[in-house]
Amino acid sequence: MTEIAAADPLPKPKRDIAPILLPIALALVMIPLIGSPSTWLTLTAASLAMGMMIFIMASGLTLVFGLMDVLNFGHGAFIAVGAYVATLVLAPFAASMQADSLWINLAVLAPAALLSMAVSGALGLVVERVLILPVYGQHLKQILMTTGGLIVAEQTMYALWGPQIIPMPLPTSLRGSFIFGDVAIAKYRVLAMLIGLGVFIAIQLVLNRTKLGLLIRAGVENREMVEALGYRIRRLFLGVFMTGSALAGLGGVMWALYREQVHASMSDELTVLIFVVVIIGGLGSIGGCFIGAILVAMVANYGGFLVPKLALVSNILLMVAILMWRPRGLYAVTSR
Amino acid sequence: MTDLLKLSGVHTHIGRYHILQGIDLAVQQGQTTMLLGRNGAGKTTTLRTIMGLWQASSGEISLAGERIEGRATPDIARLGVGYVPESMAVFSDLTVKENLVLAARDGPMDDKQLDWIFGFFPALRRFWLSRAGSLSGGQKQMLSIARAIIEPRKLLLIDEPTKGLAPAIIVALIECLKEIKRRGATILLVEQNFFAARELGDNVLVMDNGTIVHRGEMAALAADVPLQERLLGLSLEAHQ
Repeated sequence: MTEIAAADPLPKPKRDIAPILLPIALALVMIPLIGSPSTWLTLTAASLAMGMMIFIMASGLTLVFGLMDVLNFGHGAFIAVGAYVATLVLAPFAASMQADSLWINLAVLAPAALLSMAVSGALGLVVERVLILPVYGQHLKQILMTTGGLIVAEQTMYALWGPQIIPMPLPTSLRGSFIFGDVAIAKYRVLAMLIGLGVFIAIQLVLNRTKLGLLIRAGVENREMVEALGYRIRRLFLGVFMTGSALAGLGGVMWALYREQVHASMSDELTVLIFVVVIIGGLGSIGGCFIGAILVAMVANYGGFLVPKLALVSNILLMVAILMWRPRGLYAVTSR
Repeated sequence: MTDLLKLSGVHTHIGRYHILQGIDLAVQQGQTTMLLGRNGAGKTTTLRTIMGLWQASSGEISLAGERIEGRATPDIARLGVGYVPESMAVFSDLTVKENLVLAARDGPMDDKQLDWIFGFFPALRRFWLSRAGSLSGGQKQMLSIARAIIEPRKLLLIDEPTKGLAPAIIVALIECLKEIKRRGATILLVEQNFFAARELGDNVLVMDNGTIVHRGEMAALAADVPLQERLLGLSLEAHQ
C-alpha cells in the first residue's frame, strides 16, 4: 500500500450512485412505454409529489427503526392526529382558505401545519415514554404495544370526531394546475415537491453537517459504542422519536390536503407504503428512504397507468426486486 | 504507585449465566496491566462491566477513588475512560474523520494530537475522507485505537487489539501502544497474543472461570514457562 505525504491533498470519499440512478432510469424507461410525453410528465410529477409526501412520513420512521431498533407499528397514528389538528385550526379560517391569495392561504396553512407537527411531536414524547421505553430491545412487545397504541389512537379519534370523513379542501390558490402546452401539473403537487425537498435537504444538512447528525448516524449503526464515547443516547432517542412523530404529523396534513379529506383510518393505506419505503431504502438511511419513496410512488403511478391490475402488488414486487439486488436495502446502514 | 482502577468482589451475571465470580483487581496509575486468560475466562466481560455496558450484580468498582459501579456508560466514559472493544466498533457509515470528530467529545480535534496519531497510523490520513467501512481490518483497529486516544484519557480499556491482524500490523500496533504507554497512559489490555503481552505489559492478571487466578509482574510470568503452561495452556516459546 502506498502512503501519502502529509502535504498531499486528502482523498475524496467515493459515492455509491447506483440507487440514485435507479429512479432516473425507471422514468426514462417509461417514456416509450407510456407513449405520450405529456402523460409521462404528468405521471412523473405526480410520482415526485406523492414520493415527497411519503418520504416526509417515512423519514422519521426509518430513523426510529435504525437508531432505536424500535418497530413502531403505530406511526400511522401521528399521521392522522396531524391531519385532525390541522382541521381544527383551519375550520375557523375557512374564509382565509377560500381567499384568492397565495399568501393569505399560506398564512393559515403554515401555522396549521406547525401546530400539527407540535401536537404530533408531543404525542410522540408520550408514546416513547409510556409505550416504547418499557419495551426497548423486545421486538415482539414493541409490535404489540405500538399496534395497541394505534388502535387506541384511532378509536379515540373516532370518539372525538366521529366516524365520518371530514372534508379538508385545498385553499383556492393551490387549486388547479400549471399548464405547459399539453402538460398539466397540479399546483399543490408542486408545493408538495418543494416541501418534501426542503425537508430532505434540512435532514441531510443536520445529519451531515452537524455533530448531532453524526451522533444520530453513528447511533443508528452502533448505539453501544456511541455511549462508550460518552454520549447519552437515550436523550437522542427521544429527540429523534419526537422529530419523527412531528414529521409524520406534517405528512398527515399534506396527505389530507392531497386527498382533501381526513379520516381516523387514513393512515391504513399509507402504512404499508411507508414500511416498504423504509425497508427498501435501508433501515436508518435517509437517502435510501428518499429514493425509496420516489420509487414507490413511481411504481404506483406508472404501474397504475400501464397495468392497473398490477397496482395492488406493484410495491411488494418492487420491494422483492430491490431486496434481491441489495438484501439490506438501497443504502445499508445498520447490520440489523 | 496509586491504584487508578480498583475492582473488589465484582460479580456479573448475563442472563442466567454467572460470568464474573468475585473479581478483585487493581490497575496502577501509568502502568499497562495485561489481562490474560483462555477464551471464555471472562476478560471481555470484565472490561464491559468496568465500562458499564453490563452492570455488576455486586461488588465495588472505583476509578481514581470514585465509585462507578451502577453508573451509566456515558457517565463512566466522561470520567476519562477510553474503550476499544474487541469488535473495533468503528462507525462504518461515517468517514475516518467523522469517527474521530465524534470521539473528540470535548471540542475540536487537537491538531498536534492528530499529527501524532497520523505518525503511527498514516493510513488514517490516507483514508481521511473514506468511509470507515471500507478500511481493512488492521486499519479499522488503528481507527478504533485512534478514537480512544484522540483526547487525553485517564484509563484505556483495550480488548484484544491484535486479534485477526497480520503479523506486520501487529508489530506496528505494539509500537504504537508502547508510545502511548511512554506518554504515561494507564492501560488495561486484554490480549491473547502472549508475544504482544510480554512486549507491552508491566503487570499481569490471569483469569480463569470468572476469577483472577494469578497476579504479578509481566516479566516474571514471561520468564516462567511452566507457570505460563499451567495458567494459559501455552508457553511464550510456542508463540514465537
